[in-house]
Amino acid sequence: MDLKELYQDIILEHGKNPRNFGKCDKHTHQAKGHNPLCGDQVEIFLKLNNENKVEDLTFKGSGCAISMASTSIMTELVKGKSIEISKKIISSFINMIKNADEIKLNELNEDQKIKIMSLSGVKQYPMRVKCATLAWHTLTSAMDGEKSDVNTEVGDQ
Amino acid sequence: MDVNAIKSQFPIFSNKVNGKQLVYLDSSNSAQKPIGVLKTLDHFYKNEFSNTGRSIHSLAVNATNKFEDTRASVKHFINAESKDEIIFTKNATEAINLVATTFGQQNINKGDEILITELEHHSNYVPWHYLRERKGAIIKFLPINDDGDIILEKLKELITTKTKIIAITHLSNVTGTIVPVKEVIEIAKKKKIPVLIDGCQSAPHIKIDVRDLDCDFYAISCHKVYGPTGVGVLYAKRKWLEQLPPFIGGGGMINEVEKDRITYAPIPEKYEAGTMPTAEVVAFNESIKFMNSIGFDNLIKHEKEITNYALDKLKTINSVSIVGNPKNKAGVISFTIKGIHPHDISTIVDEEGVAIRAGHHCCQILHKRLNLSATARASFGIYNTKEDIDILCSAIEKCRKVFELK
Repeated sequence: MDLKELYQDIILEHGKNPRNFGKCDKHTHQAKGHNPLCGDQVEIFLKLNNENKVEDLTFKGSGCAISMASTSIMTELVKGKSIEISKKIISSFINMIKNADEIKLNELNEDQKIKIMSLSGVKQYPMRVKCATLAWHTLTSAMDGEKSDVNTEVGDQ
Repeated sequence: MDVNAIKSQFPIFSNKVNGKQLVYLDSSNSAQKPIGVLKTLDHFYKNEFSNTGRSIHSLAVNATNKFEDTRASVKHFINAESKDEIIFTKNATEAINLVATTFGQQNINKGDEILITELEHHSNYVPWHYLRERKGAIIKFLPINDDGDIILEKLKELITTKTKIIAITHLSNVTGTIVPVKEVIEIAKKKKIPVLIDGCQSAPHIKIDVRDLDCDFYAISCHKVYGPTGVGVLYAKRKWLEQLPPFIGGGGMINEVEKDRITYAPIPEKYEAGTMPTAEVVAFNESIKFMNSIGFDNLIKHEKEITNYALDKLKTINSVSIVGNPKNKAGVISFTIKGIHPHDISTIVDEEGVAIRAGHHCCQILHKRLNLSATARASFGIYNTKEDIDILCSAIEKCRKVFELK
């Protein structure tokens, strides 16, 4: 295990200065996520336009550097994408964290791939995987209009 | 007291973690086990194993005698009046659930009040919450101040004619507060209110005397007292154990069983249904012997020294804040580092072989009260040394370096 791989500069930077933090105006969807084991909480605010594209995506919450950076990077990558492509990005990310697969998405440019792969070090720390995936599950929940909050300890998260 | 000689009785410390010497600072969660406990477990399973109380062959008689020997040792350990007042449970959580369920069944009705504190571990809140859900009871919280001490003056205000039981921790697993439970009990006794003490954290650190305290119930977690997992103790005054209904039903807790009626065994068996963790209870006797061999005076002196050393040293590190500042503090230090989440602290210090806990430590009410979502916690045992604290502090410096804190 190598700490440098986990705490890459991109992660530390996003953790300290999370992008798209706060509540966005006129959001159309929102969802809450919670990790009861550590107390991490995230709230996602999503604004979809008439063409079902992510016009705005912001979040509020508190958590470790991994969860804050992961959420911040997620908002950057998903903003401007259609629901369909967003879901592809989400599932590729979760697959990458859990199964160590490379991200092979034409929808992301090289810079975006570097950002998302900066989180790949998490897979060596099984206890921290949920820190990285909480926001992504919560975004799915917001998109699907789920009524109940996301809980890392319920279902296959 | 020779700490290194004591530490050498714990085989786990000869192992490396992440290639480093293990610095175990998570004893409030669960303590490591001395060789005497491990040898007894091994010996009992290899040479003496049998279930207790049922068969009359030699192995069963021996196992029963040894099981009962531990009960007698626990009686002395906490100065109970009789060994019949010692009930073995799965853990302290089950001990508290036993009281909440049986006492609640008999004595709690709609609108009755249960008084706990803001310091409580979830295990001394959730079982009472069941009575709120099932019986319409009301739970009141004795508040704490910012130092993490209970505000004792508020106790009299919170007690009403509806207060049926007070359940309170003896030692906070977050702030390390040693709660003045004797004063709480004195106030409660004047109003004839029974008191349950959650002694999970206190048992390894404070000499317990249930008769001096005059508490009605006292719960202990054996794995925190250098004993095996799977064993807890409930002390209860005889009158309660005789008066309250049984808890879990099954073999061993009955007297006569007929098609139309069942009578129950006398105490303590009335509360020990099914096969008990025989070997673990037998081995717990070794934990008590281990504690007695050190002596509480030496133990308290050593832990105080380590705690003060750690507090002084942690306070010198920039951006470290200690959670709470109670009047009497045991070897539990929760802290935060501005700019680093406790989970990140835990992952980074773990690379240095340092085991701490991060999160809300099963105390969400307390964390909300202190406006904290999570904390890092270093908790000490008899085997911890000043060198352990030095390694913790340099590991914290490493966290600050990784996160580029100034």
